[in-house]
Amino acid sequence: MLMEAQSQQQATKTHQYDAADVVLDCQAKQIFYSDFLAVRDSHVPIVKNKITGFIGPSGCGKSTVLKSINRMNDLIRGFRFEGNVHFHGMDIYDKKVDPVSVRRNIGMVFQQPNPFSMSIYENVAFGLRLNRYKGDMDEKVEKALRGAALWDEVKNKLKNNGLSLSGGQQQRLCIARAIATEPQVLLMDEPCSALDPIATRQIEELMVQLKERFTVAIVTHNMQQAQRVADQTAFFAVDISRGGRTGYLVEMAPTAELFSNPQEELTKEYLHGEFS
Amino acid sequence: MAMKQLSGAEESHSLSRPPSSVDILFDKSFRALTCTFTWATILLLAFIVYKIGRQAIPAVSTYGLGFLTSTTWDVNAHEFGILPEIWGTLYSSFLALFLGGFFGITIAIFLTQDFLPHKLEMILKNIIELLAAIPSVVYGLWGIYVLIPLIRPVADLLHDNLGWIPFFSTSLSGPGMFPAVLVLSIMILPTVAAISQDAFRAIPHKTKEAAFGMGTTRWEAILRVMLPTASGGIFGALVLGFGRALGETMALAMLVGNANEISLSLFAPANTLAALLALNFPEAGELEASVLMYAACVLLLITLLVNIAGAAIISRTGSGGKK
Repeated sequence: MLMEAQSQQQATKTHQYDAADVVLDCQAKQIFYSDFLAVRDSHVPIVKNKITGFIGPSGCGKSTVLKSINRMNDLIRGFRFEGNVHFHGMDIYDKKVDPVSVRRNIGMVFQQPNPFSMSIYENVAFGLRLNRYKGDMDEKVEKALRGAALWDEVKNKLKNNGLSLSGGQQQRLCIARAIATEPQVLLMDEPCSALDPIATRQIEELMVQLKERFTVAIVTHNMQQAQRVADQTAFFAVDISRGGRTGYLVEMAPTAELFSNPQEELTKEYLHGEFS
Repeated sequence: MAMKQLSGAEESHSLSRPPSSVDILFDKSFRALTCTFTWATILLLAFIVYKIGRQAIPAVSTYGLGFLTSTTWDVNAHEFGILPEIWGTLYSSFLALFLGGFFGITIAIFLTQDFLPHKLEMILKNIIELLAAIPSVVYGLWGIYVLIPLIRPVADLLHDNLGWIPFFSTSLSGPGMFPAVLVLSIMILPTVAAISQDAFRAIPHKTKEAAFGMGTTRWEAILRVMLPTASGGIFGALVLGFGRALGETMALAMLVGNANEISLSLFAPANTLAALLALNFPEAGELEASVLMYAACVLLLITLLVNIAGAAIISRTGSGGKK
């Protein structure tokens, strides 16, 4: 009875998507860090060849949910995920699934640009070598760098250390590194928060290009950014009612719809800047 | 010389006061004091080098550069050469670096890559650093009374069966290169382990995250990302360990065998520059004392160069991680 009520509530929160379009379906019932309940009841379907934006105030669990999708949170001691993430007909939290293989299929770009301390070429080739790619390495590296809109800037200095680039270039290098192995889904955790406005704009333009080949999910604390790039937007909030600070999904809808006609009171307040 | 002080207190109700003259005096004298001590240390180093160099002059003018390439050491005939000692010093140090470096880096990986709870990591780190607190002479005694009897059966076995390999071409008579190298590698292990650990810890967390984000297993992350990133700091650690091995005296004087020979064999007795100095100065006449000073200059030059190189590498690479 209670379950039914909850699932109905869930249905109103999340816009209905055609199952065929959903490439990855994240149903986070509860996410814990040790005893701390960080996220509850968040169902986020990620639609193929679209950009899904995660927005919400600090501490609302949007990054936690994103990093749960490729099991990056497994690195944190005490992390526990209850629920499931369906990807190609299997649950990536199934005990038999190796998190390493999940991360090879679902790429990630982080908040801080984090190229390896090796040449630009080797940074991009890293994933290919990791996956024992035997084909034309140069071609794949060039393709990835072109895909990340970085090729023209670095084609004459591929041997330079990746850390010698500017912040925006480093972040595009990280994107090139992530897309070189052509993962189906690309997760981006506030990829522009450490960048200046010009670099931010470049990355945003890049994301729009990337969705033709990849499915993208991006966490952002910038609502304008979500409006500019995201096709679907998921809004998270923090629940402090039971003495904790638990994030949850308030509502998810196509971006234009969410911003023009939010269904939930909380979403309206947040969009009007009444709390952060 | 009084500085103009900005005083907000007179006109407003600000609580800011300029520093008093006592404060300024204290500040200035403290600065002068630290400056003096720093320069005194540098002068002391210069003085040591100057004095040793001066006393080596008679030997340098008598034997010239031939001293470095001659292999005889005959006090009565006044013939001196330190090629076997230079060889012994470099050979023992390289072998010790190979062994101690391997173990040191392995330990550093084990203690920094989340194999153990953080508390246990710290406890083990401190215990390993205690190896550096054991006096050299104790290592020497341990080598003579414990290590040599312990390795003798192994050495005999290797010599009897694999004697055609140059490394095992002589039998272990007691003190020799092998026990000296073993003890030396234990002595440089804490240096290598500690500095390599710093190099690994200096790698920002985001680098590790990037590695796992690409889908590396733990070993792939360590071998393909962490090790190359820390390589600058690790190289510096190896150079500093090497510098320590070059200058180590007491344990080697007790263990290396003090034989004026050049041999590839691990079981043959040999000699090092530091051991030569320690063992020959008590009975040295005027000329021999000058010869020993010449040998000391050579050793000093080698260790100074190695240490400067090590420090330069460490500072240039910032122990890995950064640019």
